[in-house]
Amino acid sequence: MTRIRFFALLRERLGVSEWHYAQEKPVDVEALIRILKAESLAWETELNAQEVLVAVNQALVERSFIVNPGDEVALFPPVTGG
Amino acid sequence: MKTIIRVQMEAFSVGDEYERLTHDPDCGAVVTFTGLVRDLPHAAIQALELEHYPEMTERMLQGIADQARQRWSVRGITIIHRIGRLTRNQPIVFVGVASAHRHSAFQAAEFIMDFLKTRAPFWKKEETSDTCYWVAAKASDQRAAKRWEQDSAQ
Repeated sequence: MTRIRFFALLRERLGVSEWHYAQEKPVDVEALIRILKAESLAWETELNAQEVLVAVNQALVERSFIVNPGDEVALFPPVTGG
Repeated sequence: MKTIIRVQMEAFSVGDEYERLTHDPDCGAVVTFTGLVRDLPHAAIQALELEHYPEMTERMLQGIADQARQRWSVRGITIIHRIGRLTRNQPIVFVGVASAHRHSAFQAAEFIMDFLKTRAPFWKKEETSDTCYWVAAKASDQRAAKRWEQDSAQ
């Protein structure tokens, strides 16, 4: 099971703060996003429209990064703190 | 001297934080930066809501402080970032750096702010009297952070 968390604008647009994926084998971030897009047309539209940053186990990663079952994945908009 | 990282709801005292950084007798320079909630270009701000990714935030700030230490010879580093609901003129962020000489302290403080603004998982939502919206990331902040990648010969 892989926990996928959403923050800020993306959390509001997708309507959930997290989603669980019954992951069995390693996949890259790009593939994981494709799986999310396949969930609903609304999610596909939002994920295509927004610029999304990805963290795996609390570290920023590129789209080619491999996610293993049990990892914590987070998707969020570009950060705006400070 | 050590690194102090704090993510908190409550306000902080710039005076107390500055004071703490002056306790090292090897430090001849302390540089501090404080970011405040300000009005928008065309409207008065009512409030600012700051969301973050709790498990990642402190880890990211610690990583930024560690990178600053690798690049410059600095002694104390303090990074404080507030979360939750803030109102006009309230302090949001504090960065303080103590070092033997001013150059390292100035550079490290600016580096920490530039990296914090583009990497630390905080998001601002601004509220005016009639609307509220998530703040968009600025290209100028990305350029400011990128500058340190090119500028590796310190």
